[in-house]
Amino acid sequence: MASLDLQSLTKSYGDNRVVADVSLHVAQGEFLVLLGPSGCGKTTTLRMIAGFVEPSSGHILIGGKDITTLPPWRRNCGMVFQNYALFPHLTVAENVAFGLQMRKVESIEQRKRVKDALTMVRLEHLAGRYPREMSGGQQQRVALARALAIEPDILLLDEPLSNLDAKLREEVRVEIRELQRKLGLTTILVTHDQEEALTVADRLVVMNGGHVCQIGDKRDLYERPADRFVASFIGRSSFIEGHIKGQGLFESTDGLQLKVSREINLGPATLAIRPERCRLGASAQTCDNHLTGQVEFVSYLGSALDIHVRLGTQTKVIVQLSNQESVKEPQLGETVQIGWASTAGLLYPSDQGRQSYGGL
Amino acid sequence: MPREGQIGRILLNGAAALAMVYILLPLFFVFWLSVFKQEIPSFPPDGYSLRWFSALAEYREFASGFILSLQVGVIATFVGLVLGLPAALVIVRSQINGRGFFNSLLLAPMVVPGVVLGTALYVFQIEAEIATGLPLMGSFLGLVIAHSLIVVPWTVRLICANLVGIDRTIEEAAYNLGAGPITTFFKITLPMIRPGLVAATLFGFVASFGNLEMSLFLVGPGRTTLPIAILQYLEWKIDPTVAAASVLQIALIALALLITDHYVKLSRVV
Repeated sequence: MASLDLQSLTKSYGDNRVVADVSLHVAQGEFLVLLGPSGCGKTTTLRMIAGFVEPSSGHILIGGKDITTLPPWRRNCGMVFQNYALFPHLTVAENVAFGLQMRKVESIEQRKRVKDALTMVRLEHLAGRYPREMSGGQQQRVALARALAIEPDILLLDEPLSNLDAKLREEVRVEIRELQRKLGLTTILVTHDQEEALTVADRLVVMNGGHVCQIGDKRDLYERPADRFVASFIGRSSFIEGHIKGQGLFESTDGLQLKVSREINLGPATLAIRPERCRLGASAQTCDNHLTGQVEFVSYLGSALDIHVRLGTQTKVIVQLSNQESVKEPQLGETVQIGWASTAGLLYPSDQGRQSYGGL
Repeated sequence: MPREGQIGRILLNGAAALAMVYILLPLFFVFWLSVFKQEIPSFPPDGYSLRWFSALAEYREFASGFILSLQVGVIATFVGLVLGLPAALVIVRSQINGRGFFNSLLLAPMVVPGVVLGTALYVFQIEAEIATGLPLMGSFLGLVIAHSLIVVPWTVRLICANLVGIDRTIEEAAYNLGAGPITTFFKITLPMIRPGLVAATLFGFVASFGNLEMSLFLVGPGRTTLPIAILQYLEWKIDPTVAAASVLQIALIALALLITDHYVKLSRVV
């Protein structure tokens, strides 16, 4: 196990900078998640760490040692590929033993480590099977065992759960997390699935367009998104376009006057509000922002209700109500009271992070 | 009244049956003819006998032709594999300009008529012999080189087809686990393209073993391949010995196919 440092790592194909100036430090034993939409550069970053992609500039250090120019087979990184990439002509045990053979581990020790690795992923009884005779979830665990058997400095996981069905995905990610903790593995996982990211990560790196948008723990990212992109990518937000009119006052493009508590410069801005920070009905009146609006759409999500409320011609806000017994489902077209605390609003200058993703 | 889907199925099965008959009927007649008793084939047969099979062994040209065809086939197939594998790797994986041209060039011997190929090689070998003084014309070496030429398109094509379907991340996984490019090639890539290699060997060998037109130009005195020996025999006699020779050939190739299929499912590679 070792720490990992990326220093101004950049990869360009011609004029296209797919990874731009990424610097980060991963402590020994830390679980870091690279999160972002497809094409954000997260996979390229991972492949540079593994050595499959040569950086255009910058450095990669494992345990303080510069490995930027080492070929993949000289780096001690265990990688789990998205499609598992098991050797189809080798049995499960032979797959797991492959890395040990390459390291010239003597055969008795080899057998022991293969057995240990397979026991860790609870597959010791299937050692003689071929990959094609196994389910996706089992293949995934073989891939994990194969990467762990070589006792890597760094464990790299490239969307390892994306080919599993939803139920299994939940199980396996908890399993991976527990294993990682138990073994104290320095781990980097790449994913576009924020729920997956939030479940396993010690720290997250949100990437977009090749850049790092924000690095932080779950709470940082959710409570204090650095830009509009992060606010839309992590969790959900309702966005209101407008401008800062004066001290603590925001005016939407359709004329709503809203109180805000965060200070940014005067000028065009976007206000973001989390659906679960909004109140509906009588309790809305205690908030320092309270307005009336029409219910436009209600979606029933089981544990919660999403109420889409129109406040102005260009302003719509989603309110999330937790589905308790006392909750009365509002009717479409009904006029309702809605409110939120000025401290709940997040403000971003409008020229920043214009590319909206998955938000409203 | 059968429904529309059933009519379609009946038509399809009918067409398939017709094709099967078309393919198998000549084989059936060859088998039948080979056990006719009389020397001049006529229907109905006077009786049945296996004597043409023993005649086969006594006719020395067939035996020596068979051995020559076997030798040439094996060596040419080997040469074809040794040349075809790297060529296929370059065609499928490299970024070199002109890969398409290179590919077409290597497949060309399959398209050029055997007579044209034979004439061209004949003229070339004469010229080369005059220029160098080496006894190329009608030599074993000359025949092997020519047969390698017709094996290469098969090996290149079949190995390419297999390589295209290989997931490159599997090789990356090998690198990741500490295997260098050479180890990865022999331990991972080669085993994964085994079906393509087996198919290439089989089809390359059959192409060489059965070749008649091109070989006609290149064999020397006292050195004939089996197809040529059969052709020459037919110029003088039409007795069922030739049918017996064909039966043996068919049996041999069928055996090769069955053995191969046991190791690599042929339906997956062709």
